[in-house]
Order: sequence, then structure tokens, then C-alpha cells
Amino acid sequence: MQAIADKQGIKRYLINLTVNGDEYSPVVKGNTLLVNLLRDELDLTGTKKGCELGDCGSCTVLMDDKPVDSCLVLALEADGCEIVTIEGVAQNGELDRLQRSFIDNAAIQCGYCTPGMILSAKALLARNPHPTEPEVREAIAGNLCRCTGYVNIVKAVLEAAEVKE
Amino acid sequence: MYLPDFDYYTPESLTEATGLLVRLGPSAMVLAGGTDILVKMKNGLLAPSALVSLKNLHELRRIRWEDDRGLVIGALATHNEISNSAAAQERFLSLSEAAHKLANNQVRNRGTIGGNLVNAIPSADLPPILIALGAYVTLAGPDGGRTVQVENFFTGVSSCAIEPGREILTEVVIPPQETTGSTYIKFGLRRSGALAVVGVAAAVTMDGDTVRDARICLGAVYKTPTRAVQAEQVIIGKRWTGELLEQAGRTAVGCCLPISDIRGSAEYRRDLVRVLTRRALKRAITEGHV
Repeated sequence: MQAIADKQGIKRYLINLTVNGDEYSPVVKGNTLLVNLLRDELDLTGTKKGCELGDCGSCTVLMDDKPVDSCLVLALEADGCEIVTIEGVAQNGELDRLQRSFIDNAAIQCGYCTPGMILSAKALLARNPHPTEPEVREAIAGNLCRCTGYVNIVKAVLEAAEVKE
Repeated sequence: MYLPDFDYYTPESLTEATGLLVRLGPSAMVLAGGTDILVKMKNGLLAPSALVSLKNLHELRRIRWEDDRGLVIGALATHNEISNSAAAQERFLSLSEAAHKLANNQVRNRGTIGGNLVNAIPSADLPPILIALGAYVTLAGPDGGRTVQVENFFTGVSSCAIEPGREILTEVVIPPQETTGSTYIKFGLRRSGALAVVGVAAAVTMDGDTVRDARICLGAVYKTPTRAVQAEQVIIGKRWTGELLEQAGRTAVGCCLPISDIRGSAEYRRDLVRVLTRRALKRAITEGHV
């Protein structure tokens, strides 16, 4: 990958990636994390930063359809990838059925874990449209809710799975 | 939490990658999934001058069965890819199950089997079952490749047989074998996102009720994953009974040297070794899947 060095000798790299369907070609430093590219450069602050060590799941985004912790992915490693953040879940101003179900089931308390929860749940429903409760619990096991509102979160995901598209 | 500065390279071939490592010297490190190395860099435990990303070496992602060599797992296969792989499930279900018990879904989508081995922490989930199944790894260097048994791969906490600045772990191979049953039992403080307090893997070859061969490997109770050879000797050549497996468990306690930390005391870990060894053997003997 071709580096561009500035006068101080700091190297930057041109990458291409798709975020929520839009193509971007940002110039990033080697140590730029995907979460910081999304939040600081692309202004997509729906992706939250929690532990920043891969334990809490607040920064979960979909990378080529798979949930990953964006605090543990270099922006450079996302070159050529498709990223979906919470801002890309609603389509044409219509909430996704998962988002609707989270609201209907009061599955949001402080809301900090919600973007990550919804993206983990979205990846689950994409590969398993009718999950069991243990499957839902396992899919969101990497997303911690400090309000401990898990009961309603699991209910919301199960209910969204039942709604016919 | 921000990362220190480093240079970044994306070689297109293994030859280019090992060449880069030699040219950059031992201060450069290899980047696979990043779920361990980036955490260590954030915590200030590592500050590599350069990261050599393997992301473009797509051939290292493959998981396949070869009749002569066995299950060949590319070093870049992620834990979820191993856990979902039809070839792995069909041949060594205990390995896919171990991969599934590791960390959480997000980390399993990025973390790789190669990284899990090279990171070399004593509580890693894949080494015990790989050692019980007699797996070996291939290391590629500028002068060609060499193989090392996983059992001999670890040299201490966070250290392994890889020559820094020269070698890259390219594949993990589990040879074809007569094993009739194997399993990995992880005891963690939570079901997800927890390191093993103790992990025990067992692989047995049964002849009716008689144990023809057995391999037991303990995780998180020594500076490296470690075979419980004396415990294996207790059961090999004998008809299995509950009492015999309990005796093997008691013997396994003598094969480890656990530490006390926030996850459990040494005494607690020793008792877990006894119980989990007994359970792992019973599962491998009675459930009969490899």
C-alpha cells in the first residue's frame, strides 16, 4: 500500500471503503482505528466507544456483513470493505423492524449499548431469521448493557424475528 | 485509547511478507486479526515499529481436508470460520466447539487461529485441543518452511518457537488419526467473553471398553499449555471405570503448577483440574465424537 509522507515524515495512506452504501476515499494514518475514522472523520457518531479493548461491544459495526468491534480494527484493514453502522440501518427514513421493536419493548434505557446491540441482532437475523432465545442471548453476548436491560432486549429481538417482512 | 505510530505494509505474497520481516527487523510485527496485538499496543505492552498485515494473503484463510495430511487450517482462518467450517465439524468437532467457546462473536469474527497460537497466553482455548489431537504448525521463513508440534511450540508466557523478524505461522495441521473421541472443556467465570480459569482437552482411542491411547492437555494452569502424561498413563491399556477416571484426575493435578489471580486461586484451579480431567475423559470415552 502506497504511503504519502508529509513534511514531518508522518505517513498517510489512501483507502477506499463503503459505509452505509456510500463510497469514501479517506486518507488515514496507520494507527487510525476504524471507530475513530467513522466518528471523527465521517461524523457517524452513532457508533459508541466504551472499553476500547474488545470486551463491551459498544463500537460494533458490520464489516462485510459480520459484526466486529471497530475499536480493534485498523481503518487500513477496512480498505475495500463494506461497513454498516447504526446510521445505515434505517432505510429511506423508515426505522428497521429491529429498531421499532426495541422502542416498542422499552429495550433502550441509557441507549449507549443500543447501536451495537442492534447491529449484532441484525447480523443474527440475516443468517438465522428465526432464532431461539438462547441463540439471541449468544449473539448479543459480546454486547454489554450496563443498565442490565437484557430481558427486554432479548424480547425485542425475538419479536422482530417474528414480524413478517 | 489511541495506538502509537507504526509503519504499515500489506504484502501480496508469503515470500514478500517474510522478506519484509527480515528487512524491517525484529521490531516489526505481523498483524492478523488484531484482537490481541492491538489491545497490547493500546495498553503500552507492545510498540512495534511496523505492522506487516497479512490481509491480502487469501490462501491462508482456507480450511480443508486432505486425505494424506489431515485437516489443514490456514493461519488466517477466524474462530468463527473454524467453528462454522463443515470440514472442521465433520472431522474434529471438538476443535470447532473450542473455537466457539472463545471470547465473543465480534472477536471470533476477527481473531485467527494463527494469532491465538502466536500470542501464546497460557489460557488460550485452541492449544489444549490441538495438542490433544497431535496437531503441528508450519512456519514459513526466508529460507523455506519448518514444522513444529503444537505441543513443543510454546516456550513460556507470551513466547513461542517462532523466530521474531523471520518467520510467519502459515497453517495448523491436524493429522488423520484413530482417535475415537475428543473434547475440550472450558471453565470460565462467564459463558462469553471470559478467559479460561482452567481448560482441559482429552482425546482417546477406545477398543471396546479399553483405553488403547489417550492424550490429555491442560490450559491456564502452567506457563504453557501442558500435557498431563502421568494421568494418561493411569488409563492407557485399562478398562475404563468412574474410579479410574477419578484417579486420572487426581494424577493430572500433579502435572500442573497454577498461579492465583483474579480469576481463581491456585488451590481452586488444582481442584478444577481434577474434576475437569475426569469429566473430559468421560465425555471423550462415552460421547464418541472426535
